[in-house]
Amino acid sequence: MQPTSPQFKQNARDAIADDPLQAALAKLAVGFPMRRLEAAARLPEFEGLRDQARDIKTHVLENLDHYLEAYEQKVTESGGHVHWCRDAAEARNTILDICRKANAKTVTKSKSMISEEIAVNAFLEENGIEPVETDLGEYIIQLRKEPPSHIIAPAIHLSKEQVAETFRNAHLDLAADRSLVEPRALLEEARAKLREKFLGADVGLTGANMLIAETGTNVLVTNEGNADLTNNLPRVHVVIASIEKIVPTLEDASTILRVLARSATGQDISVYTTFCTGPKRPEDLDGPEEYHVVLLDNGRSDMIGSEFHEMLRCIRCGACLNHCPIYKSVGGHAYGWVYSGPMGAVLIPNLIGMEEAQHLPNASTLCGKCESVCPMRIPLPKMLRKWRERQFKAEIGSPSARWALKSWAWLAKRPALYRMAMNAGVAFLGQIGGRGRFRSLPFAGGWTSKRDLTAPSGDTFISQYHKGVRGDQSGALKRKKVHG
Amino acid sequence: MSENKNPNVGLFVTCLVDLMRPVVGFATVKLLEDAGCRVDVPANQTCCGQPAYNSGDKADASDIARAVIKTFEGYDYVVAPSGSCAGMIKDHYPEALADNPAWLARAEALAAKTYELMSFLSDVMGVTATGAAFDGTVTYHDSCSGLRELGIKEQPRALLASVDGLSITEGKETETCCGFGGLFCVKYPDISEKMVDAKVNDIIATGAGTVLAGDLGCLMNIAGRLQRRGVPVRVRHAAEVLAGMTAAPAIGEPQDSEMGGD
Repeated sequence: MQPTSPQFKQNARDAIADDPLQAALAKLAVGFPMRRLEAAARLPEFEGLRDQARDIKTHVLENLDHYLEAYEQKVTESGGHVHWCRDAAEARNTILDICRKANAKTVTKSKSMISEEIAVNAFLEENGIEPVETDLGEYIIQLRKEPPSHIIAPAIHLSKEQVAETFRNAHLDLAADRSLVEPRALLEEARAKLREKFLGADVGLTGANMLIAETGTNVLVTNEGNADLTNNLPRVHVVIASIEKIVPTLEDASTILRVLARSATGQDISVYTTFCTGPKRPEDLDGPEEYHVVLLDNGRSDMIGSEFHEMLRCIRCGACLNHCPIYKSVGGHAYGWVYSGPMGAVLIPNLIGMEEAQHLPNASTLCGKCESVCPMRIPLPKMLRKWRERQFKAEIGSPSARWALKSWAWLAKRPALYRMAMNAGVAFLGQIGGRGRFRSLPFAGGWTSKRDLTAPSGDTFISQYHKGVRGDQSGALKRKKVHG
Repeated sequence: MSENKNPNVGLFVTCLVDLMRPVVGFATVKLLEDAGCRVDVPANQTCCGQPAYNSGDKADASDIARAVIKTFEGYDYVVAPSGSCAGMIKDHYPEALADNPAWLARAEALAAKTYELMSFLSDVMGVTATGAAFDGTVTYHDSCSGLRELGIKEQPRALLASVDGLSITEGKETETCCGFGGLFCVKYPDISEKMVDAKVNDIIATGAGTVLAGDLGCLMNIAGRLQRRGVPVRVRHAAEVLAGMTAAPAIGEPQDSEMGGD
């Protein structure tokens, strides 16, 4: 998709003015964090598991080449094929080739952020193949031609009325008098449509929550069971996954599963957790005849060893989104690309470029809530700051803000001059700020457009203190009495 | 807890307190002296460098960090009436100076003896009561850096609970960011407004007459929004209440405020 990240400010304003979106975000803001907290409270070893999960991925990233090769060998031994793809275009073409060889007309898909990242749906359509999203949320946004607004709840921005309207527009055989008021009715409507697609699909395309090196297995975590119908029913199963999804062993996978759902939705474990290894064996009752893994780099190997290395531990649980006050204010679409929230603000500049995504690392108060809930303990605020450093070095961003910052820093490094300038400034503002605050002030519009600005009292603390002023007199001191 | 009952404390007053709200500085001095500290206020301090550091200007941030280290490394402790400035010194100076082993060692040494005011009083000096009185109900906002970088949560509440006549009523979102974020609030005013409105609504819902916190940035943001919306909740730094210095007008209020009188 064409990123709208450069228009982040406008996107944010639009999002704040969008009432249905705000209602949805308000619900998310309460629900997910509360359930995560309850799930963590039920499991005394939760914090310890976070450490273990982090350590597993840290170890993998230090030995990624080794585990990727071991993984490939196991996939091959189990009768599957691994396709190494450097970038999105290679991955799209690889998937298209597999589909063409299978004479595919329809491809069912279970939710995959990597498939969003490489924009495979539009590409398949251009090439005469129909992709059908089978995760309910993804199905809805596919009908609406929208990107996901949340990595685990892609249609979280929509109300059920908007979903009903979407179905009425897209399902032309839907009787006008059929009620779609209840969520259950919406579910049944989607299920009936998707059932036909599941049965008719030639290729099933899934993502992978993890790839297990010791067995050549991909792990799929869903709450709807749609991934199972996607990987089992069609003749060909294609897994699209990025290289950092590797974990060494089944044991490691189960450790990460224990923090994944708890962090994401507050479930102890997702409703479906599926392990797929290779194509159907002769003794199996079902399964695909072909099993392919499209392993995508798309910039990840450049992140290894960089200041964004630790971002590769991310397991896409969405906890940082659910707890982020910025995400909860503007939702996912404002970020302007596939990912969103704190993890998006770190990852997107890596994938679409620092200049296009320049707002994202800046649109944060660095409040640290994301890091405090991240199951993989990724230091997200630190990495947002790293992007700001890179931007500052590359002189990206407003020249006037840069100039103001440099001037202030110049002064802050010269205490005597700083003192003189501040004393004068504070005395002046103290003189004109007799009402205790300003409703507007030149050069402070960013502040006073939304809030009053406290006026200084007229003399700095340091200057008063060194004049011998102490304690209780300070409040009444040097403040002009205002009449009327 | 401190072995030394009368440590030499360098007060890092913070630029906002210095310029905008000197009473917080006086309150801090009083609280530290009452706790037995010998307080010194170096006159050549300016700012901790956060605006530069958080804007990606690492070179200037490192220069400022070195200046602060030189000024303050001789004291037994460095205390700031701010979680975010103390957090800057404790957590981020060692990061900013990590490239130079000699400066890193000095940054780490300073970090080890730098504290936010209320955690210093409580954790280091063992203060359990400050002998102040305040007639009213307050609610407390946990500012992000203090809470998540320095683990400050119980200390201010324990100290405030000792204040005669004061009762605390907790909001539901005390740990949620107020939307200040330094330059964030002027760079992204729409998002900041949304966040501070949520904070203000949470404060209003407590029914408290006064909101307290340990960081002037958050407090000026919250006060500015409350006042823009015409909400008569007073805003003060917790140190003012703990030191019994509430004769001065609350943040953003004129001397003869009709809202005055706690």
